[in-house]
Amino acid sequence: MSFAPAPRRYIIWSIFICISVIILGKLAYLQLIEDKYKILANDIAITRKVVYPPRGVIYDRKGKVMLYNQVVYDLMVTANDVPKNIDTALLCNILEIDKAQYETIFHRAEVRNGRLRQSVMVEQLSPKQAARVKENIYAFGGFELKERYIRTYPEKNSALILGYIGEISKSKLQTEKYAGYKQGDYIGINGLEYTYEEILRGQRGIHYLERDNYNRPTEPYRKGALDTQAVAGKSLELHLDMELQEYGEQLMSHKIGSVIAVDPKTGGILAMVSAPSYDPNLLKGKERTRNFSKLDRDAAKPLYNRAIKGTYQPGSTLKPMTALVALDEGVITPSYGFDCMGGYYNCGKRVGCTHVGGGHAANLRRALANSCNSYFVHIQRKVVDAERHGDVKQGVERWRQYFYDFGFGHPTGVDLPFESGGYLPDTGFYNRMYPFKWNSCNVMLVGMGQGEVALTPIQMVNSLCIIANKGYYYTPHLVKSIGGNENDTALKKYHEKHTVTNIPDAAYNEVALGMQDVVEFGTGKVAKLPDVAVCAKTGTVENKARVGNQIIKMKDHSVFVAFAPKDDPKIAIAVVVENAGFGATWAGPIASLMMEKYLTDSIATNRKYLEEKMFKANLVNPYIYVIDSTQRRVDRERYERRLKKQRIEDSATRSRDSILTRKWLEKHNYLGK
Amino acid sequence: MTSRNKPVVSRMDSITVLLYLLLCMIGLVAIFSVEYRSTDASYFLMNKSHMRQLIWLGISLFAGILIMFTDSKFFSSIAYLSYTICLFLLVVTIFAGVNVKGSHSWLGVGGLRFQPGEVGKIFTSLALAKFLSSPETNFATLKHRLIGAAFALIPFVLIVLQSETGLALVYLCFFFVMYREGLPHIIMIIAFSSIVLTLATLMIEKTMLLYIVTGLTIVAAVLMRKALKREVMLRVILISVWAICILFSQLIVPFTFKHVLQKHQIERIYTTVGQDVPDEYLPEAERGKARKTVSGYNVWQSKIAIGSGGFAGKGFLNGTSTKNEFVPEQNTDFIFCAIGEQFGFLGSAALVLIYLALMLRILFVAERQRSAFSRIYAYCVASILFMHFAINISMTIGLAPVIGITLPLLSYGGTSLLSFSILIFILLRLDADRQVMIR
Repeated sequence: MSFAPAPRRYIIWSIFICISVIILGKLAYLQLIEDKYKILANDIAITRKVVYPPRGVIYDRKGKVMLYNQVVYDLMVTANDVPKNIDTALLCNILEIDKAQYETIFHRAEVRNGRLRQSVMVEQLSPKQAARVKENIYAFGGFELKERYIRTYPEKNSALILGYIGEISKSKLQTEKYAGYKQGDYIGINGLEYTYEEILRGQRGIHYLERDNYNRPTEPYRKGALDTQAVAGKSLELHLDMELQEYGEQLMSHKIGSVIAVDPKTGGILAMVSAPSYDPNLLKGKERTRNFSKLDRDAAKPLYNRAIKGTYQPGSTLKPMTALVALDEGVITPSYGFDCMGGYYNCGKRVGCTHVGGGHAANLRRALANSCNSYFVHIQRKVVDAERHGDVKQGVERWRQYFYDFGFGHPTGVDLPFESGGYLPDTGFYNRMYPFKWNSCNVMLVGMGQGEVALTPIQMVNSLCIIANKGYYYTPHLVKSIGGNENDTALKKYHEKHTVTNIPDAAYNEVALGMQDVVEFGTGKVAKLPDVAVCAKTGTVENKARVGNQIIKMKDHSVFVAFAPKDDPKIAIAVVVENAGFGATWAGPIASLMMEKYLTDSIATNRKYLEEKMFKANLVNPYIYVIDSTQRRVDRERYERRLKKQRIEDSATRSRDSILTRKWLEKHNYLGK
Repeated sequence: MTSRNKPVVSRMDSITVLLYLLLCMIGLVAIFSVEYRSTDASYFLMNKSHMRQLIWLGISLFAGILIMFTDSKFFSSIAYLSYTICLFLLVVTIFAGVNVKGSHSWLGVGGLRFQPGEVGKIFTSLALAKFLSSPETNFATLKHRLIGAAFALIPFVLIVLQSETGLALVYLCFFFVMYREGLPHIIMIIAFSSIVLTLATLMIEKTMLLYIVTGLTIVAAVLMRKALKREVMLRVILISVWAICILFSQLIVPFTFKHVLQKHQIERIYTTVGQDVPDEYLPEAERGKARKTVSGYNVWQSKIAIGSGGFAGKGFLNGTSTKNEFVPEQNTDFIFCAIGEQFGFLGSAALVLIYLALMLRILFVAERQRSAFSRIYAYCVASILFMHFAINISMTIGLAPVIGITLPLLSYGGTSLLSFSILIFILLRLDADRQVMIR
């Protein structure tokens, strides 16, 4: 005790206390001031698991399932949990593989996600395999069957309408529309799957799980208090009649073209056929990529929905519209006649007309019934040359406005993606085409549907609806109700009634009578149905195609438009059969059979021969292969040019004096834009 | 003197006993929380650490009872003998040690394993107390000071040879005791300052350290301004201390690292303190790359666990970091994380205060002893506890390098719990006889 100076014990005291205070200070900093550790702790220990709800199902108008979700089973394995003494012989037997293959796929699964995490060993087991694995799962430690849904189509039709789904691409991930998606998610890529993506997808649930240091999920975070539940996607009920659709696809087999039928009272699409098409089951599940490129290479372009994307000159089927404009403009009356002698000579060059008999265009009805070219070329001139417009340019603008209101020259707004708007010329177009001077002679061919106007089949049928309804239409659409609700906000725009100018009913009546005459004793007698007043118009469209460097004249497109019954229209239809010949020969019978099928639910026995003829006819023009291959060559060359440009650009940006080089490139227009 | 007639148990220092039991209970709860899974069938699974720790607690209490019924003079009489046996065991361990995670500090006897270095603290304390309290010892002489230092340094060296540097460092705590018994102030000051300076040089960024050192010097100058005016010598000392610090941290260390030491040597030094090698000491090609060392990972995860606890913690059994095993060694060396994460600042600060209370209580007990042996022994106990407590918690919160030593009474581990219990129970036994002169 002698050498124990008193203060020393206090120094030791204070050292103990000082260190404790420093520790408390650091603890306060870590736990009270610094926020990043809370975030980091959640980051490392909590994982979000997205729960995917089943995608919505699609039904036709009669409640038949068009597409549904099929459960498939993937065999999952966690390599680390697989015991050594597992009965591999049995598993190999079930999977129908040998031992070496088993080792290979097991090793692949092991490498993909590491030994501690689960990964897919075999995708989409067959139902029999899945059942056998399920039965014996107790013997296969570390293996698990995981169920997954894939889209499946009970029937082989409607592929282009339904579309398909696939994994989201990298470029789409960056767009705003797909902000909430992550890699590996499935999205609708085309068709209704694309348009109604948000509705079909449903709402994803998010489950928060804790995970351990090997990234294995352990248990729900906070016992699942923060989790949201998945909401299943809503179903779609279509206006489409699957039976009619199937029938249309049969009629159009071995043909190129399209059939589109609409209920004029609602704008609901009853059938939309684009031929050729494909079996929708080809583009599902793991086979999709391979089949897609096969279909993509097909010269007949089965992936191309001609009903909304194909543009055609409408031919004579445009004549009723020309008549409507002429009547409304007051340049003709229904009794106006034109003395056609088998051609129109007023503009110097002859415009041919198939009829020579005098009086075949004695009035509007007869001109329509006989489809007199001279008559409509003449009244088109009268429309644009009408005195009150001042000059022809004003006249063309006026005419264009009518046609624009009929739904031409812009997409109709159908609920399918990538619709084309067709083409409707304006004065600017004619100014460019005839730089010095042009007059009504230059635009008159439009009156008979040749020349510069190009329509999609859906625009054709929409214009038919206007005539049938006497002045209004609903935007053609496929979906009738969403999850049983017809007034869903997504469908609001399809309940909007579009009224077309103020053309009087009398004009519509006159045109409809003319179209009825077409069937009664005119060019479209083939479309005559017993007890039903059918209004129709045939069309035979001259067309050309570019093959290599020369433009050749192809066989005419066969076009036919119709609606029925005349006074209480239930169906309007437009049919285009490419390079088939006269409108009344191919498109007419198809349209008429479709209408008969829809209106009477069966085909009269005396028309079975017609049906048989349509089923059997093969009208695919071998020229398409030539056109296709030349087009592909052109595309490839264009692609190579772009690649070369890209290379030059890249090397320029890489090099040090990029500013100078860029200027040089801009000057020589290598960079575009 | 009347108190001597009471039974020994009633003469125990109840505050120490209560704090001891409290810490053991906290330890059990912490170990349980780290290993419990919601899928467990029962709370009492024998393969879980907390049940084993419970058994060890039973053994420890049994040993405590035995100690309480031993004569208090027994401990001083066996001091030298036990110390010698302990040194012998330490030497044996160097050659026959079982390899556990790279260290050879464990001896295997039958199926059991124990760490002589852990137990050695008890015997070194007894021997040092015996030596310093002996009437023949004059601690003012250099010879006896060297002998005193040898008592601590021999086991220190032997344990370093077992590659268990962390445990060896604990033996340096006996210098606290020797300081209390008369080691000059200046030795403590120099020792402390150099440790702090070395750590600071390695762990704090160079220019930042320059500001800190200069700032502290100015503060000192302001505080001592009157004395500085009077004494020239003091001014010289102050300035030279500042100069030495600056010289060491700003010039000598960077120069040595850049021009003298090899890359692997620098890496080893920084790994010991749980830091990444700063870019300036690396070859140009390796700069800017993340080089997370193993100890760096431990501290990172441990800081995340503790820091995410916040003020009140995530709640019992809700610790996402500890429950999911992100913190390595979390039921032994990093057990403090479990407290910090689940009970937040409230819980961890309370734990620190409980430790402080226990240590100060032992110091208080020490000073009321009649015999020097008991007092010195008590100081040994307090210092050992302090060393473990300070280093362990500091390393979990990133204040000190990661050296594998346990948190007394909390960490899972039989030898550790038993040896701390014996240490404390011997103290309690000696304190019960504080009126008796023990030599």
